[in-house]
Amino acid sequence: MSATLLTYLFVALTFGVYIAIALWSRSDSTNEFYVAGGGVHPIANGAATAADWMSAASFLSMAGIIAFEGADGARYLMGWTGGYVLLAFLLAPYLRRFGKFTVPDFVGDRYYSQTARLVAVICVIFISFTYIAGQMRGVGIVFSRFLEVQIEVGVIIGMAIVFFYAVLGGMKGITYTQVAQYCVLIFAYLVPAIYVSILLTGVPLPMLGFGSTMADGSGVYLLDKLDGLTAELGMAAFTEGRKSTVDMFFIVAALMAGTAGLPHVIVRFFTVPDMRAARVSAGYALVFIALLYTTAPAVAAFSRINLIQSVNDASYSTLPEWFSKWEDSGLLSWVDKNQDGRLQYRGGAAMDPVKPIFTEGRGGSGERLVSNELTASENELYIDRDIIVLASPEIAQLPNWVIALMAAGGLAAALSTAAGLLLVISSAVSHDLIKNTLAKNVSERQELRYARISAAVAIFIAGLFGIYPPGFVAEVVAFAFGLAAASFFPAIVLGIFSTRVSKEGAIAGMLTGIGFTASYIVYFKFIDPANNIADAWWFGISPEGIGTLGMLLNFAVTLSVSRFTQAPPDDVQSMVLMIREPSRGD
Amino acid sequence: MDESTNTEVSPVPSDGQSSEANRSAYWRANLKIMMGLLVIWFSVSFGCGILFVDALNEIQFFGWQLGFWFSQQGAIYVFVILIFAYVALMNRLDRRFGLLKEDD
Repeated sequence: MSATLLTYLFVALTFGVYIAIALWSRSDSTNEFYVAGGGVHPIANGAATAADWMSAASFLSMAGIIAFEGADGARYLMGWTGGYVLLAFLLAPYLRRFGKFTVPDFVGDRYYSQTARLVAVICVIFISFTYIAGQMRGVGIVFSRFLEVQIEVGVIIGMAIVFFYAVLGGMKGITYTQVAQYCVLIFAYLVPAIYVSILLTGVPLPMLGFGSTMADGSGVYLLDKLDGLTAELGMAAFTEGRKSTVDMFFIVAALMAGTAGLPHVIVRFFTVPDMRAARVSAGYALVFIALLYTTAPAVAAFSRINLIQSVNDASYSTLPEWFSKWEDSGLLSWVDKNQDGRLQYRGGAAMDPVKPIFTEGRGGSGERLVSNELTASENELYIDRDIIVLASPEIAQLPNWVIALMAAGGLAAALSTAAGLLLVISSAVSHDLIKNTLAKNVSERQELRYARISAAVAIFIAGLFGIYPPGFVAEVVAFAFGLAAASFFPAIVLGIFSTRVSKEGAIAGMLTGIGFTASYIVYFKFIDPANNIADAWWFGISPEGIGTLGMLLNFAVTLSVSRFTQAPPDDVQSMVLMIREPSRGD
Repeated sequence: MDESTNTEVSPVPSDGQSSEANRSAYWRANLKIMMGLLVIWFSVSFGCGILFVDALNEIQFFGWQLGFWFSQQGAIYVFVILIFAYVALMNRLDRRFGLLKEDD
């Protein structure tokens, strides 16, 4: 069977499973809609959290980034897993013990302030929408490349599926579809990785194959071979970092604290039975995540080797089919600088600007022409790093069914994250905004109806973002972590670990943290992008890592303002003491 | 680390009431466990993976340079172990303070 037919089959099959689960797990109360009735088994919640957390970016883009950045890619690997340690130690158990439905619930109650609740609602909605736009774009990429339909059609199909299980099933439907989606995505990620690992090194586990010798009998370690290849072609060595130590430090810290402070991740821990289940569930979540995150750098190294060996100095006319398919989708481009009909893949950018701007014409070998200026470097190739994961099974010439699996996996990763974000948005509107702020006397049935309506509206807006992606989104998503680290993380941690922190302190701290971080990012990314270089940065910290400094400022401001303002009321202080230990079992 | 917390306050068995002293002893023990584990968390990621990565890269560990391995593999394995260690230590603490239900 052809790869396209198999892809249709796999995608239809997995979508059928998601719909069946949605029909089986309808929510009939707000408790079920917001937190799945609070009875999810810790292992099931761990798998659901892993799917919720691992987005189109983790599945499609991360290994690609590492393939091109090598050692510097470690900031995502450590940053996005180390955050779970903070979550398990500092947040999840206590928020579960607190026992309500949303993150703004906690912020509003702990800081006895409607203002704080509203600030939290706005942050939640802002972070979740920027994030969701990226998921919908991922859905569009997979559909357009593998099923050869218009991106718009792909996004609408994706929206319809999410609509079905998120609006009907709420958190209950989302939880069990996410468990299924985790199975699909991890299978789709591991199978090709294992295949390639065996082909290249003879070792089935990619996490180990990555550190083994090549299977070609040369006895050379895979990474040494890769370092050799990159050096030969004038590219930076794979295992050598280029980011400064201070910048790496700050970026990793911002990603860790940001991960722990992301509302759609935190809210997953409201669905388990109790505080102890929340702790262990964070452990399971990290096991499930680590399975993909320890494979990703191996996939990165494997595909970089395969890529160099299959395209460098190859003649354009004899290239395999995948090359022209990705070229047609605009994510690959070749400019024949020396007119020899062969691809020279070297260090440096091939053209200026870096991304190709295609014209209608075709060149002497049949390649798509671009209107970019050509650079002086010998490099003739532009490769979008987003294609590495999806293309690596084709580059390694794996069987069609493995290639088809990638599409189902990518869709599972994007849809599961989108659904989790939609639920957070809908509960922020129906619960925090309508029930707790605007119309306090709505009945539970009315609240449930509002929840469904806001989920539906949120899906519609997310779909629009997917079809007409606003240009700033991709830029902003990368900074959502810094913003979460500088705002929520300190407010929630101090809210649990100090009884003395007052509402004035917390609000001043959040405003300082988010104001400082956002201004630094906006300055370097939008106002003066030409000046976005290490020499101009404060202490050498890039906009990606500045959230850590914002977080430290937040801590400092919160603590000092709290010293000079009135302590929280007694009932708030006893609430803090209450959530610090499990309920007493008799 | 866990044994040393034993000496501070002898926990009251579950009589349904948690005294003020008992409650703060539990919290201090929790903080101590947490701080100990966070030190390890910091040293494998920020320490081995970032601050000392160049020095560790001088050491070959199978096919990896050691610092590179920590930052792309090792730190993640340690994170997983740390969370389960915390779960085990906290369950023990809960049991000692009579906070664990019988069926757990």
